[in-house]
Amino acid sequence: MKSGSNLEKILTKGIFAVTGELGPPRGADLDAIREKGKHLVGMVDSVNITDNQTAVVRMASWAASLIAIQERLEPNYQMVCRDRNRIAMQSDILGAYTLGIRNMLCLSGDHQIFGDHPYSKKVFDIDSMQLISMVKKMRDDGSFLNGQEITKPPRMFIGAAANPFGDPHEFRVFRLAKKIAAGADFIQTQCIYNMNRFREWMKQANDMGLTEKVYILAGVTPMKSLGMARYMQKNVPGMDVPEEVIKRIEGVDKKKQASEGIKMCCEQIEEFKEMKGIAGVHLMAIEWEHRVPEIVEQAKLLPRPNPKDLE
Amino acid sequence: MIIAKIKPLEEVQAMIKDFKRILNVGCAGCTAICLAGGQKEVETLNTKLALSFKEDVPPPLIEGFTVERQCEVQFLTALDTMVEDYDALLSMACGAGVQFLAERFPDMKVFPAVNTTFVGVNRDIGWYEERCQCCGECVLGITGGICPVTMCAKVLFNGPCGGSQDGHCEVDKNIPCAWVNIYKRLTAQGRLEQILNVFPARDWKNQTQGTFVLEEYQGRYSHKDKEESQK
Repeated sequence: MKSGSNLEKILTKGIFAVTGELGPPRGADLDAIREKGKHLVGMVDSVNITDNQTAVVRMASWAASLIAIQERLEPNYQMVCRDRNRIAMQSDILGAYTLGIRNMLCLSGDHQIFGDHPYSKKVFDIDSMQLISMVKKMRDDGSFLNGQEITKPPRMFIGAAANPFGDPHEFRVFRLAKKIAAGADFIQTQCIYNMNRFREWMKQANDMGLTEKVYILAGVTPMKSLGMARYMQKNVPGMDVPEEVIKRIEGVDKKKQASEGIKMCCEQIEEFKEMKGIAGVHLMAIEWEHRVPEIVEQAKLLPRPNPKDLE
Repeated sequence: MIIAKIKPLEEVQAMIKDFKRILNVGCAGCTAICLAGGQKEVETLNTKLALSFKEDVPPPLIEGFTVERQCEVQFLTALDTMVEDYDALLSMACGAGVQFLAERFPDMKVFPAVNTTFVGVNRDIGWYEERCQCCGECVLGITGGICPVTMCAKVLFNGPCGGSQDGHCEVDKNIPCAWVNIYKRLTAQGRLEQILNVFPARDWKNQTQGTFVLEEYQGRYSHKDKEESQK
């Protein structure tokens, strides 16, 4: 075992994994995390704790991750390159590991121009690829980025993101290969709506032998409404929402759009369960944590394995 | 002006070693003035490169041509009929010039022969000092003509920090403390009150690629032209 995290154990055993997502609050609000978290206990194997997502100030992801642990959730601690240099990153990784965090998702981060402090100074001392290598180096070589020895190295299960829908399409799989070469143990993809494009990307990944080297968790976000579907299609960078998805949500009564969105998401999950090279799903129910239980139930993902039984 | 420094010879050699016909393009602008990439430096570098490849059979053809400024299209057009005779271009301009050259000739392999280091001044012959980081919102009026963004290692707007000792920076005894100098100059000029209040967190306007069209030229470029130039 690299980290011994619940997520690592599940993936290593070949069990179809389920990860969720929890966005920390815009305030020193412990109860907000508890309220969101309680819907996820027993429903997901690990929960991503986002790091100032969309460049909007929120509670530190390491702090919210620790609260998640108290709430019996296993965090997948997200870290972006936008806000910290390599000193702060390595320092935070030491602290996070010491206090029980075992999974990390290494990301570049949305540019601050999209957020609530658009003219803050960016850091990007290292990029997501280099962050992955650094966390691996800390774990496997027991050394900091500068090569100096770490007295007790942090042993993280290393995650990375992949977007099969960005441009240029044909290069996306090579970027995935680079992340694996850098040291990613698992991949969580961007929300998938264009299944044809995703199947194509997975075929490329399988053909290149990449799926034998990394666990890929397919990202899904159920559409709550037609408005959300349209917003995702037009305004979210890197998102590929085909017209047929819009039409399907549009085709049902307004009151039934949410359940249609969930149904569509479950159909995707059914396909992922059978798809070669897919090791699980990453369910990003954005500000919809309370609907996660019914989604995982409807997607026949329950019961989740008990961490104690995985020893 | 922009200050650049010639790359180590081995690095330039490694970049062009697989090519047989190379044109080294100099720039008579900033990099000529800082003795990094003008006509004279093109000739010197070409001589050194030719010598280093003299064992090659046949040895590569390395020629030189210096344009007025590589950051202006009107001067790059001089190369339009020349480049097809070569299979690689070296550029001795700053990073902006190299990119503009590569943009002008997208089929050509273009390699930089200098490292662009900073915007600075010519203290004396062969002696250059950084002065500006192009932050986009000049505060020199407040700080007595001394730039805290460039000259203070911590980019403080409310210095000096506790590490300032005997007038120099904690990072290096050979570097003067920018804030000591700001303090001295403003005191001497009777304007110390300019730095007695807290300078609030500022907007960093240089966090995405800078590009603008002067207001009086807005009408000159159609929307399509702008899109075209950004491609």
